[in-house]
Parts: sequence; C-alpha cells; structure tokens
Amino acid sequence: MRVRYFAWLKQRTGCAEEELDLPAEVLTVADLIGHLGARHPRFAEAAAGRGVVRCAIDQQHVEREAPLAGAREVAFFPPVTGG
Amino acid sequence: MIRVQAGLFDVGAELARFTAGRTDIGAVASFTGLVRDRHNGEAVTAMTLEHYPGMTEAELERIEAEARARWPLDDCLVIHRYGRMLPGEPIVLVLTASAHRAAAFEACAFLMDWLKTKAPFWKLEETPEGERWVEARASDDEAATRWER
Repeated sequence: MRVRYFAWLKQRTGCAEEELDLPAEVLTVADLIGHLGARHPRFAEAAAGRGVVRCAIDQQHVEREAPLAGAREVAFFPPVTGG
Repeated sequence: MIRVQAGLFDVGAELARFTAGRTDIGAVASFTGLVRDRHNGEAVTAMTLEHYPGMTEAELERIEAEARARWPLDDCLVIHRYGRMLPGEPIVLVLTASAHRAAAFEACAFLMDWLKTKAPFWKLEETPEGERWVEARASDDEAATRWER
C-alpha cells in the first residue's frame, strides 16, 4: 500500500510517500496511524491530536474508523487551507 | 467545470467566456480569492499552495455536483491555482449562473465554504521571518456546517 503525506506532515515523517506491506492486524485508519507512529514518532505526536491529522483513502476523505480493505493509496494531511 | 492550474487567470475574461452566447442566464455570482500581503498583522511576501493532484480534482468535482444537486444552476466554474503566488494575485474563482440571483448567490457561497474545508490544498506563507504553514480556521468549519442537512 502506498502512504502519502502532505504539507507539514512531510516534515514529521521525513518523506512525501512510502510503500508499505502492512501486518494483517492493521485493519482501519486508526490501526494504520498506530503502525506508522512506531516508524515516525513525530507523526505519532501530531496524530494524537484527533483534529490535526486528516485522512483520505483512494482520494476520498474518511474518518479514522474507516476500513483499509482494498485501499491502494492512503494519504495523511493537516486540515486543508485552500480557497 | 473544474480547473486546477498553476498559471494566472483573468477574472474578466473568464466571466465573459462563462456567459458568451447564453441568453437563458439571468444571474451570475462570482467570488475571487486573492493573496493578501498580511496575515494576523504580519507581512506575507509570497505564498505557495501545495495540493494533492488527483484528489483535488475529484473533490472539487464532488463539491460541484453537490451544488448542482441543491440549486438550479445553468452553469458553474471553479478555478483553483496551486504553486507559488504573490500578494494581489488571484488564487481561486467561483462562478455560478442561474435564472435568478438567490440560487447563484447561495451556490457560490456554498462552493467556497465547502471548498475551504474539503479541497486538499495547503498554504505555505513566506514572511520576513521565514516560511510558515497556514493553520485552518475554526470559522471556516463553522461556515461549512451551515450547509449541512
């Protein structure tokens, strides 16, 4: 699965994207955040504030309860600031 | 229609093209967002908009579809820029056309409110003290919730 990071989250992970093979017990976005937190402590810090890290699966906004089954690309980003 | 582009756009030219050859449209509402030279009282010398190519277009199309489902629009155009821009330059343009003004005004406001809380763009400001990521505003979330139903 490809995981992508945007805006200042890239500075927290040190990369814009990475290709990961996930353990079978990682079933939801919340599980994935926990898994990624072990690799990237500063990402874990940011994700601990629930409103600060948002998620999209295959380019659609999702909540943390969302299942990862079938997902090709998961993205994490701060609240958007366009317009 | 949705356009996501790095280059400048000309509001007057877009507006003229939007209604060219149409005699059924009674009202056009427009919103233009511009880069300001100050933010919370501090100088801003330039701004870079990062976005999520692919999701940006998909999300803007979902927002446009929602506006068209809620109001009787004859046409709708959203242009949003990405990349580096200078104070005074336009960032975003929303045009809505309808037979009457209420639908055009409301749909235009709705498109901006939803875009600001859903379209995956992030602003990085350049200031004399260095770069900083713009934080999302609670007032934008509140503005978007008024359209919930």
